Amino acid sequence: MASAQSHARRRAFFLVLPLLAFILITFVAPIGQMLHRSFHNDGFTMHEDIGTGVRTPIMTNLKAWFDANPAGTEPTEEAFAALAADMVVLRELKAPGQAGTRINYELSGTRSMFTKAARQAKKLEAPYKDAFLDLDKDWLNPDLWRVMRDASSAYTFNFYLAALDLTRSSDGSIEKVNENRQVYVTLFTRTLFLSVLITFLTFVLGYPIAHLLATLPLRYSNLLMILVLLPFWTSLLVRTTSWMVLLQSQGVVNDSLVGLGLLGDENRLQMMYNQMGTVIAMTHILLPFMVLPLYSVMRPINPSYVRAARSLGATSWTAFRRIYFPQTIPGIGAGALLVFILAVGYYITPALVGGADGQLISNLIAFHMQKSLNWSLAAALAALLLGGILILYWLYDRLIGIDNLKLG
Amino acid sequence: MANGKNDDAFVVFDRVQKSYDGETLVVKDLNLTLPRGEFLTMLGPSGSGKTTCLMMLAGFETATHGEILLDGRPINNIPPHKRGIGMVFQSYALFPHMTVGENLSFPLEVRGIAKSTREEKIKRALDMVQMGQFANRRPAQLSGGQQQRIALARALVFEPELVLMDEPLGALDKQLREHMQFEITRLAHELGITTVYVTHDQTEALTMSDRVAVFNDGVIQQLAPPDQLYETPQNSFVAQFIGENNTLNGVITAIKGDLCEVKLDNGEVIDAKPVNVSKVGERTCVSIRPERVEVNPARLQPGAHTLKAEVLEFIYMGDIFRTRLRVAGNEDFIVKTRNAPDQVRMTPGTQIDIGWLPQDCRALDA
Repeated sequence: MASAQSHARRRAFFLVLPLLAFILITFVAPIGQMLHRSFHNDGFTMHEDIGTGVRTPIMTNLKAWFDANPAGTEPTEEAFAALAADMVVLRELKAPGQAGTRINYELSGTRSMFTKAARQAKKLEAPYKDAFLDLDKDWLNPDLWRVMRDASSAYTFNFYLAALDLTRSSDGSIEKVNENRQVYVTLFTRTLFLSVLITFLTFVLGYPIAHLLATLPLRYSNLLMILVLLPFWTSLLVRTTSWMVLLQSQGVVNDSLVGLGLLGDENRLQMMYNQMGTVIAMTHILLPFMVLPLYSVMRPINPSYVRAARSLGATSWTAFRRIYFPQTIPGIGAGALLVFILAVGYYITPALVGGADGQLISNLIAFHMQKSLNWSLAAALAALLLGGILILYWLYDRLIGIDNLKLG
Repeated sequence: MANGKNDDAFVVFDRVQKSYDGETLVVKDLNLTLPRGEFLTMLGPSGSGKTTCLMMLAGFETATHGEILLDGRPINNIPPHKRGIGMVFQSYALFPHMTVGENLSFPLEVRGIAKSTREEKIKRALDMVQMGQFANRRPAQLSGGQQQRIALARALVFEPELVLMDEPLGALDKQLREHMQFEITRLAHELGITTVYVTHDQTEALTMSDRVAVFNDGVIQQLAPPDQLYETPQNSFVAQFIGENNTLNGVITAIKGDLCEVKLDNGEVIDAKPVNVSKVGERTCVSIRPERVEVNPARLQPGAHTLKAEVLEFIYMGDIFRTRLRVAGNEDFIVKTRNAPDQVRMTPGTQIDIGWLPQDCRALDA
């Protein structure tokens, strides 16, 4: 009996094995790798030859000096000598760019100092301090030495600090970055605000549609359902581009308003390349994700509930508020959670119609992935986003309860 | 209860018509008057218009023509929540997100009744249906019969004078249904409320009602107390629909006073009581109740017909025996006999003589 059961269990396990492997390879591994990258960057400690795959530790002399001297120590001749020795290694490995880039993430304009020093590495002679200062005055910058000290260990939380507009001062304490360089917190706040707004708008627009879908006779509701699903079947790019056609200042909406005389030609509404464009286009695109869970919850609600409430003396508004609406809350929760999570991570639409102030945090993540190539910062931003969503999910569970969620 | 002037016409349907599509009438020219305190059942097959009538009375459908009066007031333009009619739904429609107590509290809250009075009324209503301990349960935690009781209590808690019930016992098993039939009639009479009850179950209609309105095709076929309905059906639809019924087809050959002569299709001639047949030569459907047929020739009363019959099937049903016979070409002629010590159990294949009194035999429309 027991052996038959364990046999059945083993067989069931083999059946799900491909799925497990798939999830592991496509989901857990990349996310784990990404999260790891957010607090681990070995650009200043390890060099890997692309051709041979040989891994060589770099900046070892400097690391030894950092280990021997506490943080905040003025760089001595000894320190510069270590740096010079490391520069020779960097030059041989053709790795000064890599090391410089790592430092440049936290202190811009420093990458060229590394490439320049490495180029001259062979010619550097004692006293090394003066030799370096001859190359660039900035070699004495205490911030540079602080950053190099942090980077000499592969594990760091500085990317998280950067993602929250924070930095370490030269003595190692945490402070805010310059006001004109604070971008991420503003963007996180804006992303949250716009996502809440979009979720609310999809709810306001989607609730009546879902109700209609659930109560109309089948042949009409099928047609309406096709209209709701139609956006799903058209390419996201096409939909976003059509919004551009509609919303731009010489677009259909503005032309119609001007044509009707409701708007002066010179007062054309700016509905694109700003937050408004992002909100309008994303509300439209995410609407089905609100309508479908709502519909799936409303469909089975027996119309006799509302009738019963009416016969018991409730006005149609009271019947809706006290009887119908509470029964749709699981659908509202599911739809709102779905739309909100999708909106928080949305990328293409804000990139196309958002302009400067309609950008969301994902656009910045993409920027760090593709343009600045600061993957660690991108990973830290993504991790913060993920953490934020998990917290909201937890809150939702505490307040409404996940078992109340009904996706369909 | 004291309002004298309307006690005989508490609910009135006055030439009411209803059509959903503007072409076919679901309810055709309905006239119905209900005295206060009566338990009236609307009985009929599905699609006969009985539920539509109930919905018009509750206010969920509007009459296409005619007027409905409640206590002398026309209510066509009064929305359902102002009619003050209690209603029990087929699916019970207990609000799933509320406890039993909250369900009962709802009609009182929307009427703005104070909390202390509310609690008292809820308690009384729950005790009335013997569900006093269940106030804090959710509907989903109750059995079908318990939900039924709660639905009843909720329809009665705000003390309406008129209660409508739309097949409320349809989802219950037989024993529970019989018990609830008794409970509902008891409550209705104790509280003196007027009840309109819709069902397609004729036993339910017969056992519970003061009067039964048999619906078919949007028309009331007969409106009568249960015993009259069963014993003197006015047309062959009612005869077929209420209780078990044997029919023999034939042609009227003579009408003499309160009896007529019918020539059955196999050539035999019998006497019957003409009900809604009027002229000689008309086709008729003669109806005889199974329990009015006598299979023991010794017990036949004077003046009874006798016919030859062949036993086709004998079914033992405990309290009665149900025997299927071939009579005058009809192979579905049923006879019911009491399971008495001296009763014979007939064997299939035997030829017997059966008989009945001409006045128990009704000639109806074919």
